[in-house]
Amino acid sequence: MSAVSTPARGVARPTRASRSWRTRAGAAVPHVILLAYVVVACGPIALIVMNAFKSRQAIFEEPFAFPTPSTLDLGGFETVFTRARFELYFLNSFVVTVGTVALVLLLGSMAAFALAEYRFVGITFVSLYLAVGIMIPIRLGTVGILDLMVRLGLVNSLAGLVLVYTAMGLPLAVFVLTAFFKQVPGDLKDAARIDGASEYRVYFLVLPLVRPGLAAIGVYTMLPIWNDLWFPLILTPGESVRTVTLGTQLFLGQFVSDWNAVLAVLTLAALPMLALFIIFSRQFVRGLTSGAVK
Amino acid sequence: MTRPRTSALPEGIDTEATTASGPAVAAGPAARPRRRFRTHVVVFIAPAAAIYTIFMVYPLLDSLRLSLYAPRDGVHTFVGLDNFVHLLSDDLLSEAFWNAVWNNLVFFAVHFFVQNPIGLLLAALLAAPTLKGRGTYRTLLFIPTTLSVVIVGFIWQLIISPVWGFVDTPLLGQSSTALVTLALMSVWQYIGIPMILFYAVLISIPDELTEAATVDGAGGWTTFWRVKFPLILPTVGIVSVVTYVANMNAFDLIYTVKGALAGPDFASDIMGTLFFRTFFGFQLQQGSSTMGATVATMMFLLILAGVLLYFYGWQRRVESYEL
Repeated sequence: MSAVSTPARGVARPTRASRSWRTRAGAAVPHVILLAYVVVACGPIALIVMNAFKSRQAIFEEPFAFPTPSTLDLGGFETVFTRARFELYFLNSFVVTVGTVALVLLLGSMAAFALAEYRFVGITFVSLYLAVGIMIPIRLGTVGILDLMVRLGLVNSLAGLVLVYTAMGLPLAVFVLTAFFKQVPGDLKDAARIDGASEYRVYFLVLPLVRPGLAAIGVYTMLPIWNDLWFPLILTPGESVRTVTLGTQLFLGQFVSDWNAVLAVLTLAALPMLALFIIFSRQFVRGLTSGAVK
Repeated sequence: MTRPRTSALPEGIDTEATTASGPAVAAGPAARPRRRFRTHVVVFIAPAAAIYTIFMVYPLLDSLRLSLYAPRDGVHTFVGLDNFVHLLSDDLLSEAFWNAVWNNLVFFAVHFFVQNPIGLLLAALLAAPTLKGRGTYRTLLFIPTTLSVVIVGFIWQLIISPVWGFVDTPLLGQSSTALVTLALMSVWQYIGIPMILFYAVLISIPDELTEAATVDGAGGWTTFWRVKFPLILPTVGIVSVVTYVANMNAFDLIYTVKGALAGPDFASDIMGTLFFRTFFGFQLQQGSSTMGATVATMMFLLILAGVLLYFYGWQRRVESYEL
């Protein structure tokens, strides 16, 4: 709109003015479409979070209104924490997720370093063997996994979950990190070796150089684990080892009609990953794109 | 933070080429020392390989094996392909199985036909060089993908519930609409993945290509369909095969919204829920680990068939270009 009123040239060139108006409108169209889809993508989440802080009456009468002091009601959150042990579920999910990510990053980077750095008989087989797991969903082995866990006495233990998730995360981690390790200049490693560094020392020296890869794999491993329902449902149904996702699912089943509590528990369960994603979104997007471009 | 960004993009193909070349004399960046077998190689690889083997490969093979066994007098006995014959010939079982297969294919078809066009549109808009606020849009559009399926299922259940009254028809309650509604919820959640993958291809297209098209007199529309779209096509294939694999072992959403019985009247039953019910039992039917393994093996075969179809039916025919 303001483009039309650029003074000096306005009179003699109506065509130019109309064209610039048109380009402006043209430039606005992508924003209109993108904003519309932002509403579709984030609107439902905003609706849930907003209403979690409102009184029951306000939830039903004016769902689109922001919570005001008069409609503010934290009763839902109270119900969540008094009727279920959510602080414990959070702790469990946290232990499982952090434990798995740490193991995947450490063991995955070690294997990837070796595959990128050394040449040995059977390297193709080892690489392929580890890569097969990227395409095959681990869920198909559930019968065998449950059987194994029963034999190892790891049912209803967080360690069992961590081991399964680590096995699930390793194939992609090794695959992606190998590509990252191959990019590290050889001079650096050779210099360290000439100075008498052991191969283990070289690994720790190179590790910081693949930080972008580690960050991407970290975020990529974390999300499906925190959000998984299948394995907690089957391997750790016990109250003391329950994860947030399973806890939420069971709580929702029990309190279907208590909308305050339902909205509160949805908000609580969604926020940690939401916050983490917003902080790490750059790394995450990079992790997704780097694997796909080439 | 200020490190040079040499390692931003892994380039597997380039480094592979150097591996094949002769003895690494020149100390180029990808040249690797030729060393004899050493223990540290084992120390580096063994832990990852061990966990992967024990907790993924072994249970998978064990499940495949169990599908050939059946309990006889309390002991698992080898029965050959009896379980599969039973699954495909028993009236009740085969009806449930084919119903789940069909529903699963519909579930996938909805993903395929909805997420590709929308994902492509969003990616094309995001990749426009003049767009402002790209990073913010990208993050916001990706947010649903980071949520747990349990949360997504319930959010939508609340929003389309008659209590709130935004939607009048009980979309999840009718057998004609339940499955498609659930599939659309899933699309809503995962649209970020095709979007980001298409976006990655679009931003990697060199400007010279589009400029050359413009010089030749092609408009924006022609440039998109004639230059960019053929470059995106291989990614459509990758996205589709990844979605297919994910859909074929989907479970969480249906279980959260409709329970293990995947109602109404099994209208939303897919392979994942069928597997769960067969393995753990439901109502009067007893759970069976061997029949569960049989259903899992069928899922494996369906996934394999889809992946092979992709490799031979799509990937070989669609040309991909190195940019």
